[in-house]
Amino acid sequence: MSKKSYRQAINEAMRQEMERDERVILMGEDVAGGTGAAGDQDAWGGPMGVTKGLRPQFGPDRVLDTHLAEISFVGAAAGAALTGLRPIVELMFVDFMGVCFDQILNQTAKFRYMFGGKAVTPLTIRTMYGAGFRAASQHSQCLYPVFTHIPGLKVVLPSNAYEAKGLLIQAIRDDDPVVFFEHKAMYDDEMEVPDEPYAIPFGEANVTREGDDVTIVAFGRMVNFANEAADNLARRGISCTVVDPRTTSPLDTETILETVAETGRLVVVDEAHPRCGMAGDIAGLVAEHAFDSLKAPIKLVTAPHAPVPFSPALEDIYIPGVDKIEAAVAAVLDHDRKVAAE
Amino acid sequence: MASGMQLSRDELGAAYRRMRTIREFEDAVHTEFAAGTIPGFVHLYAGEEASGVGVCMHLDERDAIASTHRGHGHCIAKGVEVGPMMHEIFGRKEGLCGGKGGSMHIADLSKGMLGANGIVGAGAPLVCGAALTAKLLKTGGVAICFYGDGASNQGAVLESYNLAKIWNLPVVFVAEDNGYAEATASAWSVGGTQKGRGEGFGLPSREVDGGDFFAVYEAAGEAIERARSGGGPSLLHVKLNRFYGHFEGDAGTYRLPEEVEAARNADPIELFRQRIVEASLIDASELDAADREIEAEIRACMVAAKAAPMPGEADLMTDIYVAY
Repeated sequence: MSKKSYRQAINEAMRQEMERDERVILMGEDVAGGTGAAGDQDAWGGPMGVTKGLRPQFGPDRVLDTHLAEISFVGAAAGAALTGLRPIVELMFVDFMGVCFDQILNQTAKFRYMFGGKAVTPLTIRTMYGAGFRAASQHSQCLYPVFTHIPGLKVVLPSNAYEAKGLLIQAIRDDDPVVFFEHKAMYDDEMEVPDEPYAIPFGEANVTREGDDVTIVAFGRMVNFANEAADNLARRGISCTVVDPRTTSPLDTETILETVAETGRLVVVDEAHPRCGMAGDIAGLVAEHAFDSLKAPIKLVTAPHAPVPFSPALEDIYIPGVDKIEAAVAAVLDHDRKVAAE
Repeated sequence: MASGMQLSRDELGAAYRRMRTIREFEDAVHTEFAAGTIPGFVHLYAGEEASGVGVCMHLDERDAIASTHRGHGHCIAKGVEVGPMMHEIFGRKEGLCGGKGGSMHIADLSKGMLGANGIVGAGAPLVCGAALTAKLLKTGGVAICFYGDGASNQGAVLESYNLAKIWNLPVVFVAEDNGYAEATASAWSVGGTQKGRGEGFGLPSREVDGGDFFAVYEAAGEAIERARSGGGPSLLHVKLNRFYGHFEGDAGTYRLPEEVEAARNADPIELFRQRIVEASLIDASELDAADREIEAEIRACMVAAKAAPMPGEADLMTDIYVAY
């Protein structure tokens, strides 16, 4: 156990899996950085330095810089996975799915079904998401609901360094295609993380806070905001359960429904847009299966139905914040008082 | 033609049988589709046989191919069994893909056939991946991308030329140019030339008469040998004709009747047959016997497929994930 950043935890997961299994390879734009140049052949290790050091350790055959053309290298990773390798491909920013989505949507996700269960595609797509970097509309989106919608894909949203290492190891060992979302604003967040390899199973939510009054379901970076909100609210005598589903596909519906049955109240926090997003999805799930246990209407805390703005003044109000979560919890509880008053 | 004629008698016989099997299969599917017994979209390879077979005669179990909408011929050329193929085209449970893929997504990974593809040009990146696997695992395998003149304008294909080149992958791009991207003429829709495009990316590139099995066999042999020996990717521009429409049901009015007639008169299988009989390599009677045998085989698998059970409701939700 030692203190590691989200970045280091992700790097360590890849390194340990590449040491364990030589079929695991890494490819992407500048995952080493410097191929063909006269200088350092591991100049970048990805734009955020997440893959730094892997090229010197595993060599250019297993850590491959690609050309800057996502259709072909994401598709090549899929083809390599279909024929015996276990590639990790870095789609630098998830926004770039717009360039190469066919290879994910119509190829990778569909092989197993279209080929009658005979295809195994152990592909891990690592990608950065999320706002807060002043990177504006084309480098800040969440988009995991889009991938969650597609049968055949698994979708992972690690909320801290511990989660990131265990979930990435599971992703690499998994025989299905996995899209692994790394929040770019979390790379420097540190915590104690085991040094040895470990895998966190998919589809098993993590309950990070236990309380009686309100269930908060949050995704990715928002889990940390929800925890902070819960801690603030606890000081005011309000106790919240916080659920981190860890994966949106598969989704641990059982834990969500159980905790809502206990608290009778639900707030969902999602950094994605509200339409067809995870917040609405969880609300629909609870409305369908746990309606009778609800004591108050469900509240959703999401980003607005707007592109991510550039100006810091705008981006800061775009991102769902701790204060908005606390206000949603208060509003849900306030419903009881209103009903009692009537 | 010289190098093709160096094929053994058995190899020539095998090439003939493969081409005849494709033709018989496609003609049978054509008839059945018209009768309304086959669901969905079907695109036939009749007339293009010399390309798929001329290329795949060089391949073995180490090698992978990716195909197009028009994939039946590539399957048969790569050694996929016609019985399970026919079941698949009819959507039957015992089909090659359990009835979940159909004509446009037919695949047999055990034979290195990575799938027909409903998305034009999508096979090119996949083939780069298969070639990367072969290269890193040192299997000696090569990967072939079959694609049409329509696909040749897709970014996916053009990017793949570049990726195969910079990674020095054992890939051969086989542009099967039947003159039409659906109903639009390649003479109009393709800027420059296929050969010029390949050369622009640094790929050794050749134009090949796809009506001549021996020409395809020779050119493919050179390109595949180059790939196998570490010499990197190549491109073949194979010019050929499709006998039927883009899809079954296509009235084909964009082609003049004499154009279709001329294409049918230049039948690559008849040309092949004529050459090997004239050169006294195989007796006509032997080829006639093969024709009858293949006709009976296809008829039998058609009858079996039509009588076979459909998948059931229990099959709807299987084969999505390995584990979920």
